[in-house]
Amino acid sequence: MAEARAAPAEAPVAANEEPPLSDVLSAYRTMVIARVMDERCLTLQRQGRIGFYVPMQGQEAAQVGCAWALAEEDWIFPAYRELGVALARGIPIPLLINQFFGNSGDEIKGRQMPNHYGYRRFRFVTASSPVGTQISHAVGAAMAARLRKDPIVTVSFFGDGTTSSNDFHAALNFAGVFQAPSIFFCQNNQWAISLPREKQTRSATLAEKAAAYGFPGVVVDGMDFRAVYRAVAEARTRALAGGGPTLIEAQVYRLGPHSTSDDPRRYRSDAELAEWRDRDPVARLKQELHEAGALTEENDRAIWEAAKEEIARAVEAAEKLPSVDPLSIFDDVYAQRTPSLEEQRAGLQRELAAGGEPKR
Amino acid sequence: MTELTLVQAINRGLQQAMHDDADVVMLGEDIGLNGGVFRATDGLQKEFGAERVIDTPLSETGIVGTAVGMALYGLKPVPEIQFQDFIYPAFDQIVSEVAKFRYRSGGQYPCHLVIRSPYGGGVKGGLYHSQSAEAYFAHTAGLKVVIPSTPADAKGLLLSSIYDEDPVLFFEPKRIYRAVSGEVPDGDHRVPLGVAKVVREGTDLSLFAYGAMVHPALQAAETLASDGPSVEVVDLRTLSPLDEKAVLASVEKTGRAVIVHEAPRFCGYGAELAALFAEKALFSLKAPVARVTGYDTPFPYALEHLYLPNAARIVAAVRTTMAAG
Ligand SMILES: Cc1ncc(C[n+]2csc(CCOP(=O)(O)OP(=O)(O)O)c2C)c(N)n1
Ligand SMILES: [Mg+2]
Repeated sequence: MAEARAAPAEAPVAANEEPPLSDVLSAYRTMVIARVMDERCLTLQRQGRIGFYVPMQGQEAAQVGCAWALAEEDWIFPAYRELGVALARGIPIPLLINQFFGNSGDEIKGRQMPNHYGYRRFRFVTASSPVGTQISHAVGAAMAARLRKDPIVTVSFFGDGTTSSNDFHAALNFAGVFQAPSIFFCQNNQWAISLPREKQTRSATLAEKAAAYGFPGVVVDGMDFRAVYRAVAEARTRALAGGGPTLIEAQVYRLGPHSTSDDPRRYRSDAELAEWRDRDPVARLKQELHEAGALTEENDRAIWEAAKEEIARAVEAAEKLPSVDPLSIFDDVYAQRTPSLEEQRAGLQRELAAGGEPKR
Repeated sequence: MTELTLVQAINRGLQQAMHDDADVVMLGEDIGLNGGVFRATDGLQKEFGAERVIDTPLSETGIVGTAVGMALYGLKPVPEIQFQDFIYPAFDQIVSEVAKFRYRSGGQYPCHLVIRSPYGGGVKGGLYHSQSAEAYFAHTAGLKVVIPSTPADAKGLLLSSIYDEDPVLFFEPKRIYRAVSGEVPDGDHRVPLGVAKVVREGTDLSLFAYGAMVHPALQAAETLASDGPSVEVVDLRTLSPLDEKAVLASVEKTGRAVIVHEAPRFCGYGAELAALFAEKALFSLKAPVARVTGYDTPFPYALEHLYLPNAARIVAAVRTTMAAG
């Protein structure tokens, strides 16, 4: 098991960047919601009620800790596994559940697989599937914000495997050259589907790759909410002060399968999983809050119960919503439908009128 | 009005947009101090500063990916790809991101930017400085593809592209960057996207072309004028979305169609036009549709004069088509 290594040179952690205890308690609540929702969604997929799901268990502290250290105005460029970030951003649970169902309450109109959502008003950019592409978007947006003199940072989220992609290199290189106010938040969950971290790159850490681009890289224990918070707050302060980008490698573990189409028993051992389960980030923060006198067992039970109820309500409501409008397939390709799209739309309309909608 | 070459007209168009709209930014390789390897961006960094005319590291996926982020944020980026032959490292960004952002976000994130790139042969550029890759992009839903053939259109279509709401691939015929000049309206001159232009009227046969190929097509029509058929020449100007009405109107009028492009024939843009005529104008046709195109080979260096369609080859295709019916 990879232990969180000491940060390479140039990775100071500011002692003053500590979240207040009340904040940590609501972050914990968010982590619990993420855990409960994740489990619920895996079940929904197994029951055939949603088509697909990408779980994130084990990455709660990294995601919520990172989002907690950001300002509302900062822009998020997620991959497909960022439920904790979405919840921390305040994206309402029903909105996310509706996206998983691809129903008429899905604001992205049933266009994408579950987990590939995005909401402009939360400055949470719509994810795509090709890994890595979002990293350079975050750099461009950071440069645009600086040009407009908006005091914000952008944050891209991606995994250990994605550090091998073209766009990881291009984006970090651009960010270094242009000193973009951008944070690269790499969740090293030790696996890229079936490929272990050490087969992805010969580098001892992922964070050290930042050195080649001329900016700091930090390794942080991603199971530790406070450590993640501090590292992100520090990187954010530096970026806003004109100090340029930071690469943060949060060492976490993907406790679940890569997706509902994956069986991790084919490539990793139960022993490894058990070892990481012992470091469960949700349990760890609970323990810390408990020791600080901020959380009783009773309060904790209430937090879990409230999360379950809220999610159950959202699922129940989502299943009552009708599906998306069939003719919306032709919208948002362009700002206006082109003549040939109009023609194809009319064709589908006739088809539906004649024979009804084929079975989904 | 000012007499300009095609590349000068592009430069004036960029200058106009950068002057009028602080959201317009440019990024690419050697575009700043050097003014671009073809000088399309000459003088613009000096006038508008290095924050808006950005010399980037040598990475096309980086250039387009960064431009996407700028576009999402609300700027109007105009990235340059030095040669269209080098656009492929950015293919994923263009096809997976630029083209799909509006759709995949349910309309929340339009991704409007204009990717400029010189394309085409006739400059002794060999395999990797000569390609015509327009079909790859015209095939992708969500992109617009624009190719001008004259200085006035170059400026007018470029400005319309910059102020359009959708992403535009703006391909510039580098072979005629300097070989063609003409009067170009001053100021914020716009030519609408999606509108083809009949550049020469005729009654017996329609030649369809775009970009550099419009010129040999016109030459062929002139050659035939004295004793041959009356040939109409249609400059498509926008490949996607195609001005279907205009091309169909021309075929219905003349009853014969010859399509010209530099790109290879198989699955080239001409195949789409031919299919359109088969679907919607078959009963107006008096002869089979013909295509005059590059060969289905990589673009050759020493033999490019044989590869590229020219007026003589177009004249021959017109004669064959006229003889067929
Ligand atoms: C360009 C590209 N290639 C392949 C895939 C298929 N794929 C999806 S996720 C994934 C592994 C990604 O691993 P990592 O970056 O570590 O992120 P994680 O899934 O572990 O969060 C692969 C190979 C893809 N989505 N995009
Ligand atoms: Mg991974």
